[in-house]
Amino acid sequence: MAKRVAIVGIGQTHHRSHRPDVNGRELIYEAVTRALEDCELSIRDIDAIVIGNMDHFESINCVDTWSVEGSGAFMKPIMKINTGGTTGTSVAIAAYYHVAAGLFERVLAIGWEKNSESDTTGAIITCSDPVWDRFSYSGAIPSLATEATGYLKRSGATQEDAARVAVRDRTHALNNPYAHLRKPITVQDVMQSPMLAYPIKLLDVCPRSDGACAVVFAAEEAAQKIARKSAWIAAASVRHSLTWFADVDFDGGLLSLQRASREAYMKAGIKSPADDIDVAELYLPYSYAGLKWIEDLGFCPVGKAPEFIWSGATDMGGKIPMNPSGGVISTNCIGATGLLRVAEAALQVMGKAGDRQVPDAVNAMATGFGGCFWSDVIILSSRKPS
Amino acid sequence: MEHIAIVGLAQTKFERRKRDKTYYDLVYEVAKAALEDSGLTLSDVDNVVTVSNDFLDGRTISSMAVGEAAGGSDKNISTVEGDGSFGALYGAMRVLSGFRASLIVVHSKGSEGNMRYVTNAMFDPIYHRPLGIESIAASALQANAYMQKYGLSEEDFALISVKNHGNALHNPYAHLPMTITVDEVMRSQKLADPLKLLDCSPISDGAAAIIIADKSTALKSAKKPVWIKGIGHCCEDYFLGDRDLASSKALYAAALKAYEMAHITDPLKEIDVAEVYDAFSYMEPLWLEGLGLCPSGRGVELTRRGFTAMDGDLPVNPSGGVLSAHAILVAGLVRIIECALQLRGEGGDRQVDGARRALAHGVNGPCGQSHCVWILEKD
Repeated sequence: MAKRVAIVGIGQTHHRSHRPDVNGRELIYEAVTRALEDCELSIRDIDAIVIGNMDHFESINCVDTWSVEGSGAFMKPIMKINTGGTTGTSVAIAAYYHVAAGLFERVLAIGWEKNSESDTTGAIITCSDPVWDRFSYSGAIPSLATEATGYLKRSGATQEDAARVAVRDRTHALNNPYAHLRKPITVQDVMQSPMLAYPIKLLDVCPRSDGACAVVFAAEEAAQKIARKSAWIAAASVRHSLTWFADVDFDGGLLSLQRASREAYMKAGIKSPADDIDVAELYLPYSYAGLKWIEDLGFCPVGKAPEFIWSGATDMGGKIPMNPSGGVISTNCIGATGLLRVAEAALQVMGKAGDRQVPDAVNAMATGFGGCFWSDVIILSSRKPS
Repeated sequence: MEHIAIVGLAQTKFERRKRDKTYYDLVYEVAKAALEDSGLTLSDVDNVVTVSNDFLDGRTISSMAVGEAAGGSDKNISTVEGDGSFGALYGAMRVLSGFRASLIVVHSKGSEGNMRYVTNAMFDPIYHRPLGIESIAASALQANAYMQKYGLSEEDFALISVKNHGNALHNPYAHLPMTITVDEVMRSQKLADPLKLLDCSPISDGAAAIIIADKSTALKSAKKPVWIKGIGHCCEDYFLGDRDLASSKALYAAALKAYEMAHITDPLKEIDVAEVYDAFSYMEPLWLEGLGLCPSGRGVELTRRGFTAMDGDLPVNPSGGVLSAHAILVAGLVRIIECALQLRGEGGDRQVDGARRALAHGVNGPCGQSHCVWILEKD
């Protein structure tokens, strides 16, 4: 049977568009040392490491072995996980299983990306099938634009509704000293920003950031010794079901997120997500996802997302604050992005989120998105799972 | 460790170029075959681990192309980037965490890429890559360091090639079954001193899959379960100049952990057959030393004395090893599969009589920087 596992330490870099002062390994080192300091452990206390990023961004093969001097994996077990955009959440889930399996007590999860060294779109284009998909759904934006168009048509939502999501996340980022984009924007700013692919405009989408995140996972007994308050893993569910973008049902909901979240709710005993979850750190790479996907997650009825967003329910102080960190629209160091969601959700239930703290958060959700409309869902709780 | 077992397995024949199949065709083929082998259905498998590498596949998010082919739709799935033995380890962790059965699938088509560029990209982009260093050149440095430290000769390494290519004659899946002599190895084309063509593994296309299950699922599977008794993995330093290339302390640490888990105190006596990652001839004795099967510098002696031959006390690489078939990433999982076949008694012409406990070994990074060691047993 699975051991109980908790997050006990978190570290992240101050994310920027360019970090010319450090190389990739040094960037990783920054996050790792901060995570270890956070839980007052030394690298000697770490039993195993899981690391992830996307190879072609920095063009480094075998990042697990390359990164040793930054990750601290010298004479330690290390494993690399790579699932595209979901890499960060997949790394977190792999670290969780390292501990849950009973094989390791304290495991370090690392996600990182130095996008300033990459041709991000040039690399991402190659994820789609070279014959069937690459000329239509190449890069990150075309498939998202298709999804957004489908959502607007079906729901009657407007571009302004989506802009409101971007404004929320960018406003929240003002409370997060680690966020990359910390300049407030208005709905009008979003509407006037350059159109990238209808209906997605520049301020609707995530930036490319340099940054790293490290999270320490510990087994029950160790966790209780290390941290006064830990973030227990209540559920982790994954659906990476599709290979071809042409197979995505752009007229319907995001099936992978529906399936993964329902499984996670069942595992974590969540009946009404908007009531039972106190804060959500969602991997929303663009504003329209903040409408459509929160319907798929069951936070509001289908078609009601615009109303829910404008009501302020997802703002700080609202019923279910979303992305207190500023989310992906404010910071996107791709291999770290999913892990940052988990880290930020953990900070919330540990009560260590500083100016972005949601008061008395007990249950937090973190999601990952990537690949071919894939979803990861993790639920953390300040209460130890039964 | 709780009782978990390998209950299904499959591998393709390895060959230079599989023209008629994409790599996701290969994945589908082995995933299906592993299920058939186990007698389980896809619905018995509640999670999937694929193994791929973006550089090898020439695709970002290389996992995207194979998830469906591996039966991963609507299941908890993840992807390890590294050797298949590490992917299998993640699959094992998931079963230990409460899943019923993990399907682990690994593929590679070396024929579709340029291995010099792919392996050059493992090295430091500023200081080392411009030198042109890649897998063969780096391994040549290691072979030299090993020879120098222990007074070994090129002929010593040639012996390993002769043995393993000879073993491959009995393995229908091997890419290069060959009857060769030490002299022929010595006369083969020099690639990077002291390594010659016949000291090096080929570049192969192929795929492999295994199913790891918990005890109750294992007991209802069609084949006799092969129990996983110990797994250890460990990584050492990155810069070749910072390492003692003539010994492998990471492998030693990984092996020690696996032995402890499996309650092995005298591995040389207690292990009946071993499949180790001999990407180059010199690696087999070097890894045998790292595995604690003989003192440092004495690995070659084991082979010279016939100890590692098919009729020796500890047959090593009865399959012909990686020297005889090297689909990168896949090769580590094949080591596990070959051990499992031995323990099932399904080794065919390469069967080691009475094998009860086996050791499989996989490698990540240049010159065996990171290792994964598996101990398997039959009932």
